[in-house]
Amino acid sequence: MNWGSILDNTASFMLSPETIGFMLAALGLAVHFGYAGLLNFGMAGFMAIGAYGYAISILSFGFPWWAGILVSIVGAVIFAIILGIPTLKLRGDYLAIVTIAAAEIVRLLFQSRVFDEWTNSADGLGGYHTSFREANPLPEGTFGFGPWEFTSDQWWSRLFGLFLVALGLLLVWLLMRSPWGRVLKGIREDEDAVRSLGKNVYLYKMQALIIGGVLGALGGVVIALPSAVIPQYYLPSLTFFVWTALLLGGAATLFGPIIGAVLYWGVMAFLAGVLPAMATEGWLPISSTAAGNLRFVLVGVALMLLVAFRPQGLLGNKKEMTFVK
Amino acid sequence: MRRATHAVRATDRRTSPWRGLWFIIAAFFVVFLPTAAPASAQGDGSQVNVEEHDQNVVVNVRYNNEPVADVRIVVSGGDYEAEAVTDDRGQVRVGVPTTDPYEVLLDEETLPEGVTVEGDNPITVAYGSQFFAPANFFLGEDVRETASFMSQFVERLFNGLNFGLMLALASIGLSLIFGTTGLTNFAHAEMVTFGAIMALWMWNLGLPILLAIVVAVIASGAFGWAFDATLWRPLRRRGIGLVQMMILTIGASLAGRYIFLIFIGGGTSQLPGTGGVKHQIIGPIKLSTIDMVSMALSLIVLLAVSYWLLRTRIGKATRAVADNRQLAAASGIDVERVTRIVWVIGGALAGLSGVLWAYFRPGIKWDMGVQILLLIFAAVVLGGLGTAFGALIGSLVIGILVETSTLWIPSDIKYVGALGVLVIVLLFRPQGLLGRRERVG
Repeated sequence: MNWGSILDNTASFMLSPETIGFMLAALGLAVHFGYAGLLNFGMAGFMAIGAYGYAISILSFGFPWWAGILVSIVGAVIFAIILGIPTLKLRGDYLAIVTIAAAEIVRLLFQSRVFDEWTNSADGLGGYHTSFREANPLPEGTFGFGPWEFTSDQWWSRLFGLFLVALGLLLVWLLMRSPWGRVLKGIREDEDAVRSLGKNVYLYKMQALIIGGVLGALGGVVIALPSAVIPQYYLPSLTFFVWTALLLGGAATLFGPIIGAVLYWGVMAFLAGVLPAMATEGWLPISSTAAGNLRFVLVGVALMLLVAFRPQGLLGNKKEMTFVK
Repeated sequence: MRRATHAVRATDRRTSPWRGLWFIIAAFFVVFLPTAAPASAQGDGSQVNVEEHDQNVVVNVRYNNEPVADVRIVVSGGDYEAEAVTDDRGQVRVGVPTTDPYEVLLDEETLPEGVTVEGDNPITVAYGSQFFAPANFFLGEDVRETASFMSQFVERLFNGLNFGLMLALASIGLSLIFGTTGLTNFAHAEMVTFGAIMALWMWNLGLPILLAIVVAVIASGAFGWAFDATLWRPLRRRGIGLVQMMILTIGASLAGRYIFLIFIGGGTSQLPGTGGVKHQIIGPIKLSTIDMVSMALSLIVLLAVSYWLLRTRIGKATRAVADNRQLAAASGIDVERVTRIVWVIGGALAGLSGVLWAYFRPGIKWDMGVQILLLIFAAVVLGGLGTAFGALIGSLVIGILVETSTLWIPSDIKYVGALGVLVIVLLFRPQGLLGRRERVG
C-alpha cells in the first residue's frame, strides 16, 4: 500500500474546489438549520441552480464570468422565495419533505431533454472556463509546496473560492451578532415567543432561507468553476453529504461548517485511497470498487452516530442545540 | 443461468404504439431486458485499440435508461476506422490516433427488434479539454402508429392504477409508522429495495418464484421488526427528538443503500417472468399476466390491511395510537407492542411493494427504492401524514397522475408533476386530503 500517495491525495483534496464549495454550502446550511432552525433538505437544488446558472449564462448567453455568478445568486434568491412561500409556515418535517422534493424537481428539469438546448440534458455542461481563466491575475506556471502544488488556473479557482468563503464567513458573523441574528436565534428556540413580541417570523425565516440559499448556490458555482456541471451530481445524497459535513463541524457555529467540510473531504479522500488498496491487498473480502463504495456506508453510519451522540458537532455547544427536538 | 433464459424470451415484445415520439425513459412496461443478456456475449470486443492510442472515444448505448449490450459501433475519421461491440454496461471504448473529430455510427441492424435510435446517427464527437466528448445513443421504439387519445388515456390509466396500488403498499406502511411513532422514515426506501433483493436471492437459491416472494415478504417483516428493535426502540427510550430521528433515518438510508450496492453491484437484475406478452382485455386495455397478478395481489393485501385496521382489536388499537399516543397508552393499550406490530407490517408491505416495483420498473437495482421514495412521500402527504387510508388514496392519485401525465409532458419529467402536486397540496391543504388541521402544527 502506497501511504505516501494516499496521504498526498488526501492533503491535496482538502484544498480542492469541491471542499471549498462544501464549505460555502455547509455555511449556508448553518444559516438555515443552525441559526434559523429550518430543516432544509434541498441544498443540492440550490447548488444545482448556482452551477447551472453560471454555466448556462456563459455558454448560452455569452455573459462574462462575474455576471454568471450574479445570475446564480439571483436564481438562488428566486428559488428560495418560491420554496419558502408554501413551506415556511409548516412544521419541520413537512419543510424537509418539500425541500427535498423541490431539489429533485430542479434536478429532473435540468436533466430533462426538454431543455436540451441550454442544459445539454444528462450529459451536462462543460467548456465555460475561458472567461474565468482570462480574469486570472496570477502569474503563469505551477507553484505551491508539498501536496498543494497547483497550476496558476487551479490556484485561481481555489483562491477565488476561499475569497468567497471569507466573504460568507464575514457576512454570517456580522449578521448573527446583529439584532437580526438574535431574532433569528429566538425563532429557532421558540417561534411563538418571538411572534408574541411582534416580530414577523415568516419574513425572518424567508430572509434566512434566501441568505443560506445564496451561499449554497455560490458553493455550487465554486465546485463547477474548474470542472463541469453534471445533473447526476445534484442527487439528494449530495444534500446529505453537506449535512454530514455541517453536523461534523457544528451546526450553530461560525467555523464548524468550514472545519466540517475540510474534515469530511479529508476523510473521504483518505478512505477513497485506503479502502480499495486494502481490498487489493486482500485485507477486505470485497472487490476494490465495492471497497470504494464502503466509504459511503461509513458516511451514513457517521451521520447516525453524530446525530445520536454529538448533535452539536466538534465545535458546538450542546446548549445551542436544544432546539433540535 | 436460469435468469438468462427468461431474459431472452422477453425480447420479442412490442407495445405502446404512440411512444416512439418520446425519448429515453419510455414506458415502464416495455420489457426488453438488456442487462440480462447471456454472459458469454459480454465483455468481448468492447475495448478496441485502447492500448495502442492515447485518446479514447467512449460510446454509451441506452434504452429506457438501461444499457444495451451487443450493439455494433463503428468509429471512423480521416483514414482510421475501427469497430466494437457494446459490453453489458452498454459501453464501448475505442482508441483513436488523433484528436480530430470522429464519426460514430451505430449499426441499427444489431439492435434488438422494435428498437431504433432517437436522435443523430452517426454522432460526431469532438475533442474537449482533456478527452473526447462521449457519444451517447438513446434508443426508442420504432413503432409509430398513432392510437386515439382516449385509448391511450385508458391504457395509461390502468398502468397508473397498477403503479398507484404498488405505491400504496409502501406508503401505508410509511404512514402507519409515522402515525404511531412520529418518525419520518427516509429509510423506507431501503426497506422497499430489501424486499426486492430478498426475492432475487431466494430465487437464485432455487426456490420457485412465488415461494421466493413469500419468503422475501416475511424476511422484510422480520427486517422491519429488527430495524425497530435494534435502532428506533433504544432511541425512543433515550428520548431523542424527532428531528434528530429524521436525520438518523437519512444516515440509515445512505448506509443501507450503499450496503446494497456493495452486495449486488451497480447493475440491474431481473426477476423471472418480467414482462411477458400483453393480453388484450377490453378495448384498449392491455395487461400482461404479471400486471394482472400484481394488481390483484395489491388489492387483496390492501383489503386485508383495511380489514385489519377497521375490524380487528389490534388494528383498532393501531389507529388509536396513531391518533393520540398518550391517550392510547392511558387507555391501557400496549403502545410499544402496537409499534412493534406496525414496524413488522410496514416492513412486510414495503418488501412486497419492492417486489412489485421490481416487476414494474422493470429490474432490481441498488437505488430502486430511492427512485420512488419521494413519490411515496408525495402520496402520504397528499393523503394526510399518519392516516392509512389517506395514504391509499394519495398513492392512487399520484400513480395515475404520473402515468397519465406522459400524455402531455415528456416522460423524463413525469415525476416532476407528482412532486409539484406535493408542493401545491402543502400550499392549499397542508393537512392533506384526509388529515385533520391540528396535525400540521
